[in-house]
Amino acid sequence: MDNAIAITGLHKSFGRTKALDGLDLQVRTGEVHGFLGPNGAGKSTTVRVLLGLLHADSGDVRLLGGDPWKDAASLHHRLAYVPGDVSLWPNLSGGEVIDLLGRLRGGLDQGRRKELIERFDLDPRKKGRTYSKGNRQKVAIVAALASNVDLLILDEPTSGLDPLMEATFQDTIQEEREQGRTVLLSSHILAEVEALCDRVSIIRDGRTVETGTLTEMRHLTRTSIIAELAGPPNGLADSDRVHDLKVDGNKVRFDVETTALDAVLRQLSQVGVRSLTSQPPTLEELFLRHYTAEPVAK
Amino acid sequence: MTTILEAPAKSAHSLVGTWHLTRLALRRDRVILPVWVLILALVPAANAGTYNTIYPTMAERAHLTGSIGANPSVAVLYGPAFDLSTAGGYAAWRLGGFMALAIGLMAVFTVTRHTRAEEDTGRAELLASAVLGRYAALTAAVIVSSGASVLIGLLEAATLAGAGLPVVGALAFGLATAFVGLVFTAIAAVAAQLAEYSRTANGIGAAAVGVAFLLRSVGDSTSDAKWISWLSPIGWAQQTRPFAQERWWVLLLPLVATFVIGGVAYLLLPRRDFGAGFLPPRPGPATAAASLRSPLALAWRMHRGPLIGWTVGMAVCGAVFGSIASGVGDIVGDSQQARDILARMGGASVLVDTFLAVMVGVFGMAATLHGVQAALRMRGEETSNRVEPLLSTSVGRLRWATSHLIFAWLGTAAIVLVTGVVMGLSNGLRTHDVGGSVGRLLVAALVQLPAIWVVVGVTVLLFGFLPKFTSAAWGLAGLALVIALLGPVVDAPQSVLDISPFSHTPKLPGQLVTATPLVWLSALAVVALGAGLSAFRRRDIG
Repeated sequence: MDNAIAITGLHKSFGRTKALDGLDLQVRTGEVHGFLGPNGAGKSTTVRVLLGLLHADSGDVRLLGGDPWKDAASLHHRLAYVPGDVSLWPNLSGGEVIDLLGRLRGGLDQGRRKELIERFDLDPRKKGRTYSKGNRQKVAIVAALASNVDLLILDEPTSGLDPLMEATFQDTIQEEREQGRTVLLSSHILAEVEALCDRVSIIRDGRTVETGTLTEMRHLTRTSIIAELAGPPNGLADSDRVHDLKVDGNKVRFDVETTALDAVLRQLSQVGVRSLTSQPPTLEELFLRHYTAEPVAK
Repeated sequence: MTTILEAPAKSAHSLVGTWHLTRLALRRDRVILPVWVLILALVPAANAGTYNTIYPTMAERAHLTGSIGANPSVAVLYGPAFDLSTAGGYAAWRLGGFMALAIGLMAVFTVTRHTRAEEDTGRAELLASAVLGRYAALTAAVIVSSGASVLIGLLEAATLAGAGLPVVGALAFGLATAFVGLVFTAIAAVAAQLAEYSRTANGIGAAAVGVAFLLRSVGDSTSDAKWISWLSPIGWAQQTRPFAQERWWVLLLPLVATFVIGGVAYLLLPRRDFGAGFLPPRPGPATAAASLRSPLALAWRMHRGPLIGWTVGMAVCGAVFGSIASGVGDIVGDSQQARDILARMGGASVLVDTFLAVMVGVFGMAATLHGVQAALRMRGEETSNRVEPLLSTSVGRLRWATSHLIFAWLGTAAIVLVTGVVMGLSNGLRTHDVGGSVGRLLVAALVQLPAIWVVVGVTVLLFGFLPKFTSAAWGLAGLALVIALLGPVVDAPQSVLDISPFSHTPKLPGQLVTATPLVWLSALAVVALGAGLSAFRRRDIG
């Protein structure tokens, strides 16, 4: 089994609202997969379809080799889920919730439970209602990570965590990966995605607009170049892969599509380069482009 | 709500912002409050209108006073009959107690909705960070609830007077109803300080309404302890005697009670933390008990409180009324006319049976409310996102739903069973026939179950097919109860009576057990349950 999650052409509407409009998502077994998109793009809807809570209108969805709707109960033995907005039972303590969810998943690693509670600095004796948002989140994280499962589905798991706990979370997910667990991580925290994810999928308006490794994605974007040349630039303006060109005597400033970088640099060195600074696209730029631009044509 | 932000910052007055919160509350209640007000204000006049058609002649009215008016199994539900020879006196007797009960519930729910429920959701915190006095939220809730109560009373008086009844009596009836609303507004204000959750606050308030109804039921159905009725705000409303030589001074009692109890709420408020109740939360166990390993174990943690509360409360009622029942013959009086009437009704033992049958029926209907409440927990768990973590484990939907429905079905069975047995015991101890009495009342209690389960089944049906409208189950349950309780006395057509499952339940003890309605009621309940669950399996969660 190559793919822990394989979704093709998933559609889901609520009344007249189209939440998912032909979404594709492939998560390979053993990888940490980033699942990104602006608010309302359909991330949580996808997760809820994967959990068998929502019935897909059309499309093919395979989860751990099974059908998430029909085989929900048996598949759920092998996965753990952390929602973005954790709501606990007011009269149960955090420790009780962790144990209950773990037992319902088919078992809990007691050593791991103890270790995680310490690392996340969680008081398991407090009652559900008295936890802050971050602490409710920790209860769900500990319950999920202390279970022995193949797949972790995490829907913005760190919303509400402080930076210290965020770092702890990243450490634990790294360990999960080393143990061969598959993780689907929906997140808005770009540093978290960059640190943890092997591959990412970006969705917008219920459709996948980009998927691949971060390196691959960087290739699809533009690098900013500022250069001082020995003479006037030759023919840069002719290239349709150079954008926002500004020429000031011998100085040039432009953005170039990363795949054309090699050719453009050769062109510059024919004139002679005195100084050159290049700036690769930041993650923010990468995401903002996908979040705001029209979906790329396929 | 930019207007809140404009409140004058110079004043640190503890009531600042009350007016804005009152308007916010009225805006939020723009549907629910008009519904309460209109229904409660119009029902008495509508009822008074039927009097002349049902009892056109003086002879019939005299007979009404002599028979029903003196019957304790009627008095236990409706209260004392002071004058049944006029349309006004009839309406006041027939509806005074229910008006008081309903307006009490209205006040409790309204106050809780704008105090404790707001703190639960965290919305109040957002508002409290604006320029807002400490007492503003409570005061706004009290203003809205009291205002609605007074409006109901005045409209009630106006419609009764408009229907041609004496203005003085109409005003007394309206004020008596309104003042019960004021008392329970104050009681709910205290409950909102004591309770930690809105569910608890509503529970305390509704229990207070129930106790008030119970006290006047006991007082009105005994001959030697009539003073018990005077402990109840609902009793005060009836003792004002609208349309029957009004006793205006009785209206002072609810006014004094309102100010005293309301004062307690205002004393308690500054002595507790925002969002917290009066009892500090205790830490729980760090690890779960070995038994907490199934949805059923989790459901038990959620349902045990209400279940135990209902069972104990109903058992107490069963004990009280089982004991009173043996003496109901005395209340009819010693006059020759009264004895004749009693004999015509079948003698004292028939009177006792009728009384017991009425009470068992009422207990069955009360247990229904617990069944609906327990079934609605499923929807509550769903909307508060607590069901998702459970259904993302190996727990299937049916197993999860069953864990709650067991409490709706078997919980109601446990309640009526315990109530029936306790009622039989207390009645048997007075009549020196414990065995026979327990047996008869146990059967009487158990035959209530099919009708109860039909209502629970309809709740599950809504939950499966129309999840957004699941709480309409309260309305349907209320309708079934009102039709069964009030339908026969307002001469409703049989087709209307048939709508309510409780109309089909055998009236035991006293009647013969007929299996047919029990069988088809049970079948109906099972079909509704099955259809609801099967729809729930196929629908989206959330």
